[in-house]
Amino acid sequence: MKHIDEYRDGTAARAYAEAIARITTRPWTIMEVCGGQTHSIVKFGIDELLPPAVTLVHGPGCPVCVTALEYVEKAIEIASLPGVLFCSFGDMLRVPGISRDLLSVKASGGDVRIVYSPLDALRLAADHPDREVVFFAVGFETTAPAVAMAAWQAVRQGARNFSMLVSHVRVPPAMEAVLSSPDNRVQGFLAAGHVCAVMGTAEYGPIASRYHIPIVVTGFEPVDILQGLYMCLRQLEQGRAEVENQYSRSVRPEGNPAARKLMGEIFRVVPRKWRGIGEIAQSGLGLREKYAGLDAETRFGVAHRTTEEPPECRSGLVLQGILKPRECPEFGTRCTPEHPLGATMVSSEGACAAYYHYRRRRS
Amino acid sequence: MKTGNSFVCPIPIRQYPQVLLAHGGGGTLTHQLIEKMFLPAFGNPLLGARHDGAVFDPPEGRMAFTTDSYVVRPLFFPGGDIGTLAVNGTVNDLAMCGARPLYLSAGFIIEEGLPMDTLWRVVQSMKRAADDAGVQIVTGDTKVVDRGKGDGIFINTAGVGAVPPGRAISPSAVREGDRILLSGDIGRHGIAIMAVREGLEFETTITSDCAPLAGIVESLCEAGIDIHCMRDLTRGGLASTLVEIAEATALQCEIEEASVPIREEVRAACEILGFDPLYVANEGRFAAFVPPDQAERAIDLMRRHPLGAGADIIGTVKTGSPGLATLRSLIGATRVIDMLSGEQLPRIC
Repeated sequence: MKHIDEYRDGTAARAYAEAIARITTRPWTIMEVCGGQTHSIVKFGIDELLPPAVTLVHGPGCPVCVTALEYVEKAIEIASLPGVLFCSFGDMLRVPGISRDLLSVKASGGDVRIVYSPLDALRLAADHPDREVVFFAVGFETTAPAVAMAAWQAVRQGARNFSMLVSHVRVPPAMEAVLSSPDNRVQGFLAAGHVCAVMGTAEYGPIASRYHIPIVVTGFEPVDILQGLYMCLRQLEQGRAEVENQYSRSVRPEGNPAARKLMGEIFRVVPRKWRGIGEIAQSGLGLREKYAGLDAETRFGVAHRTTEEPPECRSGLVLQGILKPRECPEFGTRCTPEHPLGATMVSSEGACAAYYHYRRRRS
Repeated sequence: MKTGNSFVCPIPIRQYPQVLLAHGGGGTLTHQLIEKMFLPAFGNPLLGARHDGAVFDPPEGRMAFTTDSYVVRPLFFPGGDIGTLAVNGTVNDLAMCGARPLYLSAGFIIEEGLPMDTLWRVVQSMKRAADDAGVQIVTGDTKVVDRGKGDGIFINTAGVGAVPPGRAISPSAVREGDRILLSGDIGRHGIAIMAVREGLEFETTITSDCAPLAGIVESLCEAGIDIHCMRDLTRGGLASTLVEIAEATALQCEIEEASVPIREEVRAACEILGFDPLYVANEGRFAAFVPPDQAERAIDLMRRHPLGAGADIIGTVKTGSPGLATLRSLIGATRVIDMLSGEQLPRIC
């Protein structure tokens, strides 16, 4: 399959691994930002090809994992209301709230449905005029444009029975939060390719300069990741701290201007709470005043509901690269995909889930 | 009277265009349904005896007995329908035991209001599938539940088959060094269903692989291939089968990722949805564990059969990591293959 096979080629992968081994002279710790990259690394065994001096830590780029418990609880509360048709990306359904998840709400009679696009939710609203259709809008800058389009269309269509529970997050402030932590060990970043396909690369220059850290915009296939690592290590070894683009087949420096324009129309930058990490300034996207009528938090009276995160789950440390999944004492014992303490154990992009599924019983 | 081979529903449509509760009540309408639909369609002497059960002589050797219930939405999908699934699924379970399938039962749980024509199409599919697999549907039952209490139609089939003397196919027969054979490309059934259910459109229509496996299995057995174990790949996909066998045998099942055949369109759909094709459902594929010196011949035999054209050797049974299924990735690293904790859910981005 074009655009896939050439980036999963064993010969090319080994060639990059050898090149990495040649240029690496001392220990380095690199964080891949996106959960999709984390899964590629663990699933394909990319880290096994690297020299021992290179340590990979896994970043906060798992949209399901970072959605604050508070929002999961708000989702569960709204989805449980009679007359509500609650729509979500599939990944969110298994994310544990305090005592249950959205799948349990569905089992208890709530109408919870998986949609592939926010526009599908809007279509459901048109098909069910007697119901309140609510879309759970989570994710990074990758999913935000489609949500923005749904909001834009909803207002133009006058869809009165459609609203959104918005908990969108932005990548650059999270990277800064990682770097600002006193426990930080990250020396280089593989930035999330698909986020940059939307947003471009301009936001990363100031971070690279301020923290003197190389940032390589990277794709998701094994050869992408190995090439991104090679580029990042080359910078580290040479003492450079620049933004480079490994994923040039998808990412242009300016990103996707049409998507960014629409996002600017619908969203404004807001502070956002991250699960296990806490509030990060300017790290979220919320609806602008003009679109506030679509805000499900207001419509269903859950805006001021707050929820404290239980201390037992250390996913916040995992998401910041401070703890590896298997270093967590609860990993695979009290915390499993069947009985997760946190979202990193259930999301298809969660680091704990990746280690559990692909590495669990190996020393 | 219409015959079982007719494509026209034999129940007077004007009179009963839909299934009524009374069709499952045991009275006149139930009788009419049996006499006009099931008996002519499935027509065979054992069913025609109109007894409470089918009475037959035991075959030579041992017998295999299995049951499965079929629930699928939509009822009709590219490459099959609930009727073909209900026959092939049970036929395949018998085949995996090394049995020649003989007889099936068919239990229908029908939702009130199901169009009679839909039921007729399902019954016709079952008839065709049974003929293709060489089995007879010899006993059955019909119940009708209130509207809203079912999903159109649920079908349970149970099957018995004859295991010829000398065949001992089970996980306990698997040995270190056995080669793991796969009968063809994986993932088509699950993606075909998903595409219809969710209105996903791809450039080409992906059809289910739903098929009876007794014939291809028999061709291997008759050629003297000493099959140690077989499993048809169903809901949990190839991954779950490998994990089951590894756990049951306390051996390691290792496969090469590059050798697992997956059609381009299925791969593309999986990439888009964020699914791992190893876990996607199949209804006409099986894995066989055979001694290494017979693997090549077995693959040749499988490829000569219409249902095994894409067969390949995908892995080996080892002892290194007992109870684990493992995969050598495309880039040469090894990882564990785990069972899914639930259904695969489409990812966010």
